[in-house]
Amino acid sequence: MTSDSSDLDLELARVFRASSGAIIASMVAICHDLETAEDALQEAIIKAKIHWQKDQLPDNPQGWLHTVAKRCLIDHLRQDDHRRREPILEGAYTSLANHKISQEGQQEIPDHQLKLMFVCCHPALNQSAQVALTLKTLCGLTAREIARAFLLSEAAMRRRLTRAKDKIRDTNIAYRIPEGDELKERLDSVLAVIYLIYNESYTAFEGQNLSRQDLANEAIRLARLLSNLLPNPAVLGLLALMLFHQARQPARSSQTSAYIPLEVQDRTLWNNEQISEGKTLLLKALGEGKPDPYQLQAAISALHCEASSWENTDWKQIHMLYLTLQQLAPSPVVELNALVALSQACCPQDAYGQLEQLAESLSAYQPYFAAKADMEIKLGEHSQAKQSLARALELSKNGAEQSYLQDKLAELSRIAITPK
Amino acid sequence: MQFMALIYDSEDSSDLEWDVIIQQYEQFEEKLKAAGKEVHGNALQPVSTATSVRVRDGKKDVFDGPFAETKEQLGGYYILDCDDLDEALEWAAQIPGALTGTVEVRPVIVFDE
Repeated sequence: MTSDSSDLDLELARVFRASSGAIIASMVAICHDLETAEDALQEAIIKAKIHWQKDQLPDNPQGWLHTVAKRCLIDHLRQDDHRRREPILEGAYTSLANHKISQEGQQEIPDHQLKLMFVCCHPALNQSAQVALTLKTLCGLTAREIARAFLLSEAAMRRRLTRAKDKIRDTNIAYRIPEGDELKERLDSVLAVIYLIYNESYTAFEGQNLSRQDLANEAIRLARLLSNLLPNPAVLGLLALMLFHQARQPARSSQTSAYIPLEVQDRTLWNNEQISEGKTLLLKALGEGKPDPYQLQAAISALHCEASSWENTDWKQIHMLYLTLQQLAPSPVVELNALVALSQACCPQDAYGQLEQLAESLSAYQPYFAAKADMEIKLGEHSQAKQSLARALELSKNGAEQSYLQDKLAELSRIAITPK
Repeated sequence: MQFMALIYDSEDSSDLEWDVIIQQYEQFEEKLKAAGKEVHGNALQPVSTATSVRVRDGKKDVFDGPFAETKEQLGGYYILDCDDLDEALEWAAQIPGALTGTVEVRPVIVFDE
């Protein structure tokens, strides 16, 4: 039976996304060059288009693609050897040729992916290149898809990817898992890239729902892969943190409102499965006794996820956690969050008093003015609250958020003119 | 493979500081040699001694400088023999200049014979 060509393209795209990270990783382990590995996979895709169209779909499409890609790689390396006269590859491809590809140890592939992750996130590359390269090689996104997600032209994204790959090759960035002290440093940059991909899914797009979820899912997929290979507390903490955020996603918007803040979300819409998975991971991480910013943020998220309402949240504990976070990773934003928690826990007057210290550093930060307005409303300072909301509105770039702030401002004006 | 470590550092150190710096470099070089990683290395006279030359349309132009507006100047270099970038960075981080200035690491191109 011949497959329909559009069905075939869909199936091929699905197989590609699911398996390209693993295939690329196992081929880079042999040839130590991303470009060569990608070319070989590309060739295998073209072959798949021809063969899958003509014959039946193979029983194991991913295995088929992997096997054919490796054969293409062998051909590449042989051709290269004629030109280079460098015998280093000789050993690599003879061992590859003798290898029974279908029986390849499944153990090895994840290990290769981990090494590839460390290469893509090497601090010698700038962070935007790290992100792009990770999405390209480990998640199987195309340069075009990545360009769209980061609002760049496809040509600019291609240049960024090429520059990064050239640097990896020319400086001979080692293809290995770092050890000892180096591991912590290098892992930090891997985690930062994953979290950046996740955060990009949260904030960067205005009205592009589709790619937003795609990026979030990729970030979680990467963290899951990493947590299986390297169940380090920071890794588990990051995965838990993203799962907690993700669990609340269905309540963040509705048909009538594009942005619903935590305060007024319908908590029955939260995904309990993700919350409980997050909790299990977080408990395992905390058990190691090595707190870090990801675990702390995850713990804060967990408390939000456990609360039956905004008011019934354990604000005291959240305040404490933010204070600890402030020690480990000081920033005015963390300080602001600590004050919001303090205001909710017990002492809006104290919190409001300390807020002034952040005025300068957060003078262009929308959430600062939104939080300020909330405290002012609590303290009955309605005219000041209106000013703060107006400033928050000015600073907000997100349409959904703007309409939320506008509603709040309108409600405040109503209260102000209605005599008690 | 070979990497060049270019050392950019402040040039205004006192004589006393200079003695300490020289000592630190001697220790570093001993370690580097013992590990068999040094190809060679040199320190340069301060940037005030720099003279630049360029030829345009057959005309030679010699001038004083260049004097960049930065505090850190190229003051010396090492050629390191390392397996990969991470190893080169590990050695570069031990160059005394890395503590006060910045060390730039770049692979040396090998041209086919």
